[in-house]
Amino acid sequence: MKKMFITIALLVCMTGLLSGCGGSGAKKTGQTLTVFNYGEYMDPDVISQFTEETGIEIKYEEALTPEEMYTKYKAGAIDYDLLCTSDYMLKKLMEEGELQEIDVNALENKGNIGDKYWDFAAQFDEGNKYTVPYFWGTVGILYDTSRVKEPVDSWDVLFNGKYAGDIIMPNSVRDAFYVALKYLGYSLNTKDEKEIREAYKLLLKQKPDVQAYLVDEARDEVVAGNALMAVVYSGEAYLGHQYNENLAYVIPKEGSNVWLDCFAVTKKCKDPEAAQAFLDFLCRRDIAQKNFEYIYYSTPNQAVIDILTEEERSDEALVPKDSSTENCEVCTLTDEKTLDLLNELWKSIKASD
Amino acid sequence: MNNRRNTRVLLSGPYLLWAVGFTVIPLFVIIRYALTDETGAFTLNNLFAIADPINLKATVFSLEIALMSTMICVLLAYPLVLAFRRLNLSKNRFMLFILILPMWMNFILRILAWQMILSNNGILNFILGKIGIGPLHIANTGLSIMIGVVYDYLPYMVLPIFNAVAEIDEDVIEAARDLGGNSLTVFRKVIFPLSLPGLMSGIIMVFIPSMTEFVIADILGGGKLQLVGNIIEQEFTRSSNWNLGAGLSVALMLFMMVSMAFTMKTDHGYGSDGKAGAVW
Amino acid sequence: MVKRISAGLSGIYLFMIMFFLYIPILVMIVLSFNGSRSRVVWGGFTTEWYGRLFSNVQIREALGTTLLLAFISALVATLIGLLAALGISAMRTREYSLVMGVTNIPLLNADIVTGIALMLWFVRFMPLGFSSVLIAHITFNIPYVILAVLPKIRQMNMSIYEASRDLGAGALYGFFATILPQLAGGLVSGFFMAFTMSMDDFVVTYFTRGAGINTLSTMIYSEIKKGIKPEMYALSTIIFAAVFILLLIVNFVPDGGDLKDLVE
Repeated sequence: MKKMFITIALLVCMTGLLSGCGGSGAKKTGQTLTVFNYGEYMDPDVISQFTEETGIEIKYEEALTPEEMYTKYKAGAIDYDLLCTSDYMLKKLMEEGELQEIDVNALENKGNIGDKYWDFAAQFDEGNKYTVPYFWGTVGILYDTSRVKEPVDSWDVLFNGKYAGDIIMPNSVRDAFYVALKYLGYSLNTKDEKEIREAYKLLLKQKPDVQAYLVDEARDEVVAGNALMAVVYSGEAYLGHQYNENLAYVIPKEGSNVWLDCFAVTKKCKDPEAAQAFLDFLCRRDIAQKNFEYIYYSTPNQAVIDILTEEERSDEALVPKDSSTENCEVCTLTDEKTLDLLNELWKSIKASD
Repeated sequence: MNNRRNTRVLLSGPYLLWAVGFTVIPLFVIIRYALTDETGAFTLNNLFAIADPINLKATVFSLEIALMSTMICVLLAYPLVLAFRRLNLSKNRFMLFILILPMWMNFILRILAWQMILSNNGILNFILGKIGIGPLHIANTGLSIMIGVVYDYLPYMVLPIFNAVAEIDEDVIEAARDLGGNSLTVFRKVIFPLSLPGLMSGIIMVFIPSMTEFVIADILGGGKLQLVGNIIEQEFTRSSNWNLGAGLSVALMLFMMVSMAFTMKTDHGYGSDGKAGAVW
Repeated sequence: MVKRISAGLSGIYLFMIMFFLYIPILVMIVLSFNGSRSRVVWGGFTTEWYGRLFSNVQIREALGTTLLLAFISALVATLIGLLAALGISAMRTREYSLVMGVTNIPLLNADIVTGIALMLWFVRFMPLGFSSVLIAHITFNIPYVILAVLPKIRQMNMSIYEASRDLGAGALYGFFATILPQLAGGLVSGFFMAFTMSMDDFVVTYFTRGAGINTLSTMIYSEIKKGIKPEMYALSTIIFAAVFILLLIVNFVPDGGDLKDLVE
């Protein structure tokens, strides 16, 4: 018993020591912005630099998925000022009137973001009134060239049964269906039940060939050689190639999904000027470069792309060529009925043997 | 006597307040979701949804995994606790720490480590390959989910049984032996009955939480197998259908409560017939 | 002879279970020295991550929050849980069943259900922050303490307490002198189970925390997508080593005797 008390007492001391008094709960005066972003999606130095330069404090919170972000935002527990999320979720928030208009043209660094990316954003944010592009990328196949001898250029490799047991598919209803819909030549934003059911049948038939449905661990499985190919986001593919140079990334010729993550200002934000300053800050070349070097996803910041090394610029996973994204679409599907159908079908795919 | 008993019941006051404030009321929040549809109208469909073939299949599979894992935990725990006794480590709380220490490392890191051990090109197959045993395909199967569940919950089974058995006086066991009981008889007639309250706690702490497990199935099961926990999680986070998620959750809860009510009764009956209840 | 064999078998079995429990920890320790940022590629031996760990303010803060949260929530849960268990065990069967039913609710609910329910409830009367996470942790910790202590109460020998009261001891003194020592094992394991649950929780923390509050779990989860940072493995190794060494020291410090012995 005595030993227990000693142990516990020592543990408490350790806690105190390790946390370094941790008295950071002091109330900050002045301006504050609460920012909601994906995990590991901003260089921490960027945040402290912003506070240094402007005196505006940042309260920063991270989320895993757009849906979790939505849940927490909608609960109204925390008044987020700015949030960064993906295309379709931004559209949903816009439709629900949760976002505040921003004056994009007043951004000093607006010109740093390439026109192509403003056009991407316009697919869900007509007239670029609400969102500022942050990072983007594609969805494609990451495969092991040392064991897949043929050139891969089509989604077909996932469905023809040749690589049964060595395929990793995304563990997310949207991404899995995008693959099947694009393979069948349909739009990934289709609302046509017949097309969706066709994609469903394809995915159902494919299931025995699939080794695993993973989201976050897919890249590592290919790097480790547990699987021959995986459907991944382009940023993952870039990292995968860094760890294993036999890995290659391809955007299939049938087309794929181009995703775009943007920052937006919520309607709850009481200090739009500070929010505007933060957005402008993110578009600045040196800041965008810092974030790029921290995250290594494709940046929409043309000023940063211009100063990349030749090797980086020629990497399809980092800077996709215009020709490869030709058949790609941005996801803008927010129709409840279609989503319910997709979810229902996805559940039944996951339940099948 | 009765007075003292009543005073003692009062001790649970702070907990009851706490439970009402932070367990029962939030539960009603969930029940309200469970009993309404998106428009807010009353419905029982979300509860009955558990009988849909897909949901039912996942529930049955969860039940299988949870039952099997609980059983394996029990089977692993008893020899372990007896081994502690045999090696005179029962009174040593150091061992208790040793058991729980791995659990202080982050759950997700431990499960990812298991994935690296069990995967096709993983550590286990590497070692097996060295001694000439062909690669085993454990990754992404029910077996690997079960290994994960047993791994994660074993200490919660061992600790209460350990505590119960450690308390048994060596004299009692010696006496049983002197009366001619062999080891098996001693276990059956002395150790096991005395460990029952601990076993009950252990079963509750292993079986119930493992019913709603989903992270292990996602990572070690490769997302190919669906537990009811996965479905509930999906309805809340991916599909944003809270009503259905809440409905499934409440239905599952009702099912578990009913099936446990019986166990509970015998459990308490044991207690109040035993010395503790009677003496106070 | 038979005794020695059975002791040997016991030892082997003990070793096997420990191996099972510790092998993932071993993997994590190895990964903390991995030169590559990817967990599946061996990039040579390095201690770089340990260096980086100490300069990382975010991780230090998260560690502080995690330990503080685990400690306070486990302590409060142990206190409330002990009182609750004493009270519950004196209840009549019907009340007992009802209260134990309520006690099992946090275990019965999927974490996500508990987390969202608490979030929706908290939002009505308090801002989300450290205290909301703390309340949530205490809530799911109490059942573990109760479940750990109840079996002990069943086994408890009340006659010592009665005797102490008859000899003129006050209720409180009698409790500390006779009952508490008997419950020590259950309390300690309850406390540590609670501590462990709190350290490990992600989902409930995620939904009930305020902006800017990070625990190690929430940090690690947010890293999954980009790959767990090796610093996390280094941190885990340090925590593991620190606690392990601490345990060894405590175990080999000469035993001053249990509280029980002091009383007797």
